[in-house]
Amino acid sequence: MNPDKKEHTLLQGLANNDSKAIEIIYENNFSTIQALILNNNGSYDDARDVFQEAIMILYEKSKSESFELSSQIKTFLYAVCKKIWLKKLQARGKHATYLDPSLIENTVIQESDLDTARQLDVDFNIMEAALEKIGEPCKSLLKAYYIRKKGMGEIAEMFGYTNPDNAKNQKYKCLMRLKKLFFAQYNKMNEDE
Amino acid sequence: MSEQYLIESFERYFNEEMLPEEKAYFEKMRNENPELDQMTVEHKVFMDKLAEYADRRNLKDNLQSTHKSLLNKGAIAENEHNLSKGKIVQLWHRYKKTMGIAACIAGLTTFIISGSMQVIAPANRSEIQQLSRDVEQLKKTQDIQYSKIKEVTKMPEGAVVKSGGSAFLIDGKGYLVTNAHVLKGSSAIVANSDGQEFKTIIAYVDHAKDLAVLKITDADFKPVRRLPYDLKSGKVDIGAEVFTLGYPRNDITYNKGYLSALSGFDGDTSTVQISLLANPGNSGGPLFNKYGDIVGILSTRETNAQGVTFAIKSNEIFQMLKNWRDTDTSAISNVSVSEKGNLKGVNREDQIKRLEDYVYIVKAYN
Repeated sequence: MNPDKKEHTLLQGLANNDSKAIEIIYENNFSTIQALILNNNGSYDDARDVFQEAIMILYEKSKSESFELSSQIKTFLYAVCKKIWLKKLQARGKHATYLDPSLIENTVIQESDLDTARQLDVDFNIMEAALEKIGEPCKSLLKAYYIRKKGMGEIAEMFGYTNPDNAKNQKYKCLMRLKKLFFAQYNKMNEDE
Repeated sequence: MSEQYLIESFERYFNEEMLPEEKAYFEKMRNENPELDQMTVEHKVFMDKLAEYADRRNLKDNLQSTHKSLLNKGAIAENEHNLSKGKIVQLWHRYKKTMGIAACIAGLTTFIISGSMQVIAPANRSEIQQLSRDVEQLKKTQDIQYSKIKEVTKMPEGAVVKSGGSAFLIDGKGYLVTNAHVLKGSSAIVANSDGQEFKTIIAYVDHAKDLAVLKITDADFKPVRRLPYDLKSGKVDIGAEVFTLGYPRNDITYNKGYLSALSGFDGDTSTVQISLLANPGNSGGPLFNKYGDIVGILSTRETNAQGVTFAIKSNEIFQMLKNWRDTDTSAISNVSVSEKGNLKGVNREDQIKRLEDYVYIVKAYN
């Protein structure tokens, strides 16, 4: 496989949340990013967080059909991680003077990419908080159906419903509650903007 | 109730599950009724957000577990000491990949086994060896397994066996404990000592403890009301007689030995050392005391010494179950416990006859 083809396959794998592709991308890039963060005032946990955030951004990009990576995955991740880490350092009130000068160079990543990522994170957190709030068994039921994509029959068995229809009914009730909780927060956030 | 009916309609509408007339009617209603139209749009936004959440949640979980498994493998490291080791380990892995490819081509068997090359030498601890079945083993049993596959197997067509080992029931409803390293594939089937196969789902994995829980999902699995053994978390003394049942080959196999040290490899306190001849395939098998109660689970052996085997203490199983309960409400509430000393005073042959029904062979595949 030529290198471009390989990169393309990896990106497609990432878009499909394929474990093997993720493992390869992770293994090939993490140590470089970790060194970058550690050498610039960061901890091991920072390195993991920043790296995974960057993967999430690459993931969103790889899902959009129009996306063509203009650089290698490695270059892209490095640039994104640099940018994310710089922002985090600034937020923590640390001075950029401690930084590796290469950190401030121009990068291939656009500011708008980071904004999109931030908005997605906000939405993600609202949904997660809503799911936490609805309590059990709603939380597990909805997660089983919408996140782990289990069938209604299997869910009925897992939760001890006598038949899939009862489980389905309960699922709709839970979904209504989740929707209310979600929009209560979602609309509030969007008004603030 | 009517709102629930509406939501159901929205969902069927967006999933394209409506009949043509029904769809036409629904669209007409939407057209004439701005409020309904607004609700439909709103629901669509919500469902998109939920789908987006699901994708991101799954990816985030996947990233976390990848991080953990790469740490375990030694491909990435989080302290200076390991960092230097990491390089060698990375070379190892690169080398192993080539070996894997060579093996595939050379083998041309029903099983493509490149993945299971890893178990021959776990990266950062090459002195010990995990006891899941390795390539050689699989090759030896290939003929038998081939004939089995030609019979009936519950593995999906085209499935590639990645690794194998043993497992045992900890709950009569079909929950089995095994080693995490036994489950190299994405799914697993298990079979009892009669060879009857069952489909399972991987219910929980703890890579740090190297433990995992499988749940049998087949309807033809008959739940067991009471297991003939207990899970003992107390201390076992040096010299105590122990035995195991497992699947180093396709038939259930018995082996006995004694507890030889209270800590495992390199002073690891979560495991004990036993003097017992274990083979690849014994991984995940139960370690019984002489009364037939479970005191541990076989996991690894030392590669350069015969008969030095390590077992994870049953305490760790309790710990894992507790962690599982803390993170997942679908976890089992507790291991079902048998009457005390159920098989005490029963001779070994009869003990085995009673116990073998609860020890399963695991085949993980992709």
